[in-house]
Amino acid sequence: MSEMNASPDQERVRQLMMAEVDQEISGEERDELHSALEEDPGLRDELETFQRLKEVTDTMSPLKPPGETWDGYWEDVYRRLERGVSWILISLGAIVLGTWSVWTVVRGLIADTSIPGFIRWSIMALLAGFVILFVSVIRERLFMGKSDPYKDVVR
Amino acid sequence: MNSPEITDRALVLRAQGGERAAFGELVTRYMQRAYYTALGLVGTHDDALDLSQEAFARAFRARATIDPERPFFPWLYQIIRRLCFNYTRDQRSRRQKLEKAGSWLADTTMGERPVRPDRAVERAELRDRVAEAIERLGEREREILVLREFQELRYREIAELLEIPMGTVMSRLYAARRALARELENTSVVSGLVSGGAARGAGVDGGDR
Repeated sequence: MSEMNASPDQERVRQLMMAEVDQEISGEERDELHSALEEDPGLRDELETFQRLKEVTDTMSPLKPPGETWDGYWEDVYRRLERGVSWILISLGAIVLGTWSVWTVVRGLIADTSIPGFIRWSIMALLAGFVILFVSVIRERLFMGKSDPYKDVVR
Repeated sequence: MNSPEITDRALVLRAQGGERAAFGELVTRYMQRAYYTALGLVGTHDDALDLSQEAFARAFRARATIDPERPFFPWLYQIIRRLCFNYTRDQRSRRQKLEKAGSWLADTTMGERPVRPDRAVERAELRDRVAEAIERLGEREREILVLREFQELRYREIAELLEIPMGTVMSRLYAARRALARELENTSVVSGLVSGGAARGAGVDGGDR
């Protein structure tokens, strides 16, 4: 960003211009800004541009949502909380049942000598592949935060 | 239950004790602010509603980590901005939704007094262009601009919310406004607005975009 290349004086003038535009400038700071403006006509143009831009944005505000948005807002949040719990329970149940099913199938394949060996090994390879894939996806989801460039915004 | 004399601290403590109704009161207090924050960051009603509600749901699940001695909203804000930033990284789906949704800004001058039809069209176009230009800003630039222009927060409040010094607030605002001026110059919407000033970064360096 260009602002990182600015000298301390330039940075100070930029900050004072913003304070002027947003009317958060003190009398002393205004005098300091005006001195800088007198020395550089380009700065005056820039400040004028910012003030005109401010006039434009001042005439705009975020669109109001439909009135009923607020009526059911908390209920929707509450439903999310309930559904979060139900998803956790469903996931836990599915993992336990899935693990048990895979174990049952593998045990049956090992015990069943009537099925040709290469078929048994192929089915077990298929199952093992799915299990590894499932664990990999779960691990990725759980540890995704480590590579999240926005993790620093979490307090 | 809706009485203002019940402090956020008391509600947070009760929510931490497992009382959902207390958390519901916090939601009611801050839902509009949360929604408008998300709207400024993602630009569509549906997404803003979804992400702000999701932020509250996550806040409830993480309620044990809230410090009751500190203001509640800045803590919630961190969750909202993280959700919104993560969401806006998927630019393709976001772009499609934005195109369908139209502008997220309203012109406050419309409806105040009768306006000529051609003037109304001009104003609507200007509003749309400004909204689109803000969409194209970087996340941090957009965030600081929304907090200042549309949430109308003072510099001190923004500094507290983002946990940055006041000087950084002003520097980011400068970068955001300069980028916005450039965006509007490229679209030639605001005739003469950026003819000689911020678009070229007068008095400072040559620019970065």
